[in-house]
Amino acid sequence: MKRKYIAAPYIIWMSAFIVLPLIFVAYYAFTDKAGGFTLKNITAILDPLHIKATILSLELSLACTILCLLISFPLALVLRRLNMNNKGIIILIMILPMWMNSILRILALQMILSKNGILNMILSWFGIAPLSIINTPGAIVFGMVYDFLPYMILPIYNAVMDIDNDLIDAAKDLGASNPSVIWRIILPLSKLGIISGITMVFIPCLTSFVIPDILGGGKIQLLGNVIEQEFITSMNWHLGSGLSFALMIFVVIGLVFSEKQEKKDRESLVW
Amino acid sequence: MLENILSLNNITKSFDGELVLEDLSLDIKRNEFVTLLGPSGCGKTTTLRIIAGFVMPDQGSVLLEGEDITTLPTEKRCINTVFQKYALFPHMTVAENIAFGLKIKKKDDDYIRQKIKYALELVNLTGFEKRKPRSLSGGQQQRIAIARAIVNEPQILLLDEPLGALDLKLRQDMQKELIRLKKELGITFIYVTHDQEEALTMSDKIVVMNQGYIQQIGTPEDIYNEPQNAFVADFIGSANLLAGTMIHDELVSINDVRFDCVDKGFGNNKPVDVVIRPEDVEIREKGQGIFPAVVTSVLFKGVHYEIFAKGIGIDWMIHTTAYHEVGAEIDLYVKPFNIQIMNKPESEDEAVIQTE
Repeated sequence: MKRKYIAAPYIIWMSAFIVLPLIFVAYYAFTDKAGGFTLKNITAILDPLHIKATILSLELSLACTILCLLISFPLALVLRRLNMNNKGIIILIMILPMWMNSILRILALQMILSKNGILNMILSWFGIAPLSIINTPGAIVFGMVYDFLPYMILPIYNAVMDIDNDLIDAAKDLGASNPSVIWRIILPLSKLGIISGITMVFIPCLTSFVIPDILGGGKIQLLGNVIEQEFITSMNWHLGSGLSFALMIFVVIGLVFSEKQEKKDRESLVW
Repeated sequence: MLENILSLNNITKSFDGELVLEDLSLDIKRNEFVTLLGPSGCGKTTTLRIIAGFVMPDQGSVLLEGEDITTLPTEKRCINTVFQKYALFPHMTVAENIAFGLKIKKKDDDYIRQKIKYALELVNLTGFEKRKPRSLSGGQQQRIAIARAIVNEPQILLLDEPLGALDLKLRQDMQKELIRLKKELGITFIYVTHDQEEALTMSDKIVVMNQGYIQQIGTPEDIYNEPQNAFVADFIGSANLLAGTMIHDELVSINDVRFDCVDKGFGNNKPVDVVIRPEDVEIREKGQGIFPAVVTSVLFKGVHYEIFAKGIGIDWMIHTTAYHEVGAEIDLYVKPFNIQIMNKPESEDEAVIQTE
C-alpha cells in the first residue's frame, strides 16, 4: 500500500506541469474567443500561409535529422574501430556544447555566418567571394545541426558500442566484408539508438523557433515562429494553441511509429 | 594432396609488449580432431584467432593447403568458427543466421533452403527455422552456431571453447554430438578448451600449451600415460608429482627409497621428475609393498575412493575401489611400468619437442 505514496510527487508534478497545460492547450485549441467549440484553429494549419510554414518546418527538420545521422553514425563506427582508451573523452567533447546556453551558441553562430562575419573573412583570404549564408534556410539547418547533434550522437554511440565484438567477428568469419558487416549487422543492431536519435532531433527541430528567429533574420517563418507570434504578437491564444495541437499530432504520429519498432524488437531504448 | 591441411610456422605474437606466443610451430593433418589444451592465458585462443584471421601474427606464417594465408583477411578464408558465446545474430531468425554466410556468397535461394534444412537435421533442430536465437536454450544456440558455420563447407572448423557455457550433462551430450558431426562431415576440427577431460574424450590429437609454448603433442593416450614434463602430467588428470633421482637405467630413488622402473637414458644420479597416477598406486597388505604408509583421509568420489596416505615423507594420492579406514597402516606398491620419469625442465616454460 505504502508504495503508492512514493509515486505521489511525480503524479503531482505530471498533473501540474504536463497534463494540466495540455488540457489548457486543448481547451484553447478547440474554442474560439467567445468560448464556443470550433475546429477552425486546428484546420488553420491548412491555410496556405501555415501550410507553407509547416512544409518548410518539415523540410528543414528532415534535412537537419539526416545531416545529424550522417555525422553521428560514421563517428560511432570510427570510434568503435579505434583502439583507444579514452573514447569517452571524444564523446564528451562532442556533447560539450550541450553544457553551454543554447541561445548564446546560436548568437555566436549568427556572428560567424553574418555578411561581415568570421566565415566570410576566412573565405576572402582564399579569394572566395563572400557568401550570404545568414538569413537562409541553410543557416537555420546549420544552426539546428549544431544545436541538436549531441542528441543524435549519444544514443547512436551507445547502441553501436554495445554490439558484441563476437558478432562482428562472426559476420567476418562467415565471409562478410566491412561494408557488409555495417549494413547487415551494425546498422540493424543499432536501430533502436538510431530511432532514439531521430526522435530526439526531429521533434525539437520541428518545434524550434529561436534558431530560425536568430539565424533566419525573422524572414523565414517556420511553424514554431508562427505559433510564437500568435501567442506573443497577435495575442491569439486560440489560434496558437490550435496550431500547436496540430503540430503535436505530427509528433504523436512519429512517436507511435517509432514505438511500434521498439515493441517489435522488445528491447529498451538506449537513451 | 598435402598431408597437412594447416601449418603454423614459427608464429610469434605479443599484445601490448606481452609475449603471448613465441616461435610456435604446429602441423595439423587433414581430417583430424585436434584440441589445443591449456590453462587460461596459455595462448590457445590466440592461436585459434590467428588461424581464423582475427589476429595477425607479429612473425611467422600460416599455410592452408600449402598456400600462405598469413595476411589473408578473415572473410576470404575457407575456415569457419564456432564461438564460445555462440555469437548468433540476435536480429535474425535461426534460418537467417544459418543462411548468412551463403547469402554473402550469393548462393541461390533453393540451394540455401536445402542447406538450412540439411544443417538443422544435422544438429537435430528441425523446425526451428523461424525462431529467434533469444528464445533458444544455450545448448540449442550452440547447435545453431555450429549449423551456421558448417553450411559454408569450411575446410577447417574452429571451435573456441564451444561447450564452456553449458552445464555438465549437456556438455557430455554435446561432446558425443561433436564427435558424430566430425565423422559425418569429414572435415578438420580444431578445438580449444581448458577442460582436460573434454580434450581426452574427443580428440585424435592433443596439443598441450602453457605460457605461449607447446608443451606436448600427442594422442590422448600418449599425453595421459607418458607426459613429457611435470606441467603436462599435472594438467592432464591428477597425478603424484615427485622429485626423484635417477640412480641408473631402470632404477629411480624417491626420498631414498628405490623403485624399479622401465625408463632408460636419463644418465646416472640425475635429478628427475617422477609422475605416478593415483590409480597406479596399489594398496597392499603389510610386508607386501615397497614402503609403509598410513591412511590420512578418505573421500568417496562415486566410482572410486580418493585416499591420501603418508609414506616416506610424501602425501600419496590413491584412487581405489576398496575402502580403507583413516589411520590404517598399509604398504604401497607401484608397478615399474607405471612410473613415468621426466627430465627436469630447464626453465618454467620450456618448450617440448614433438614426438611421434
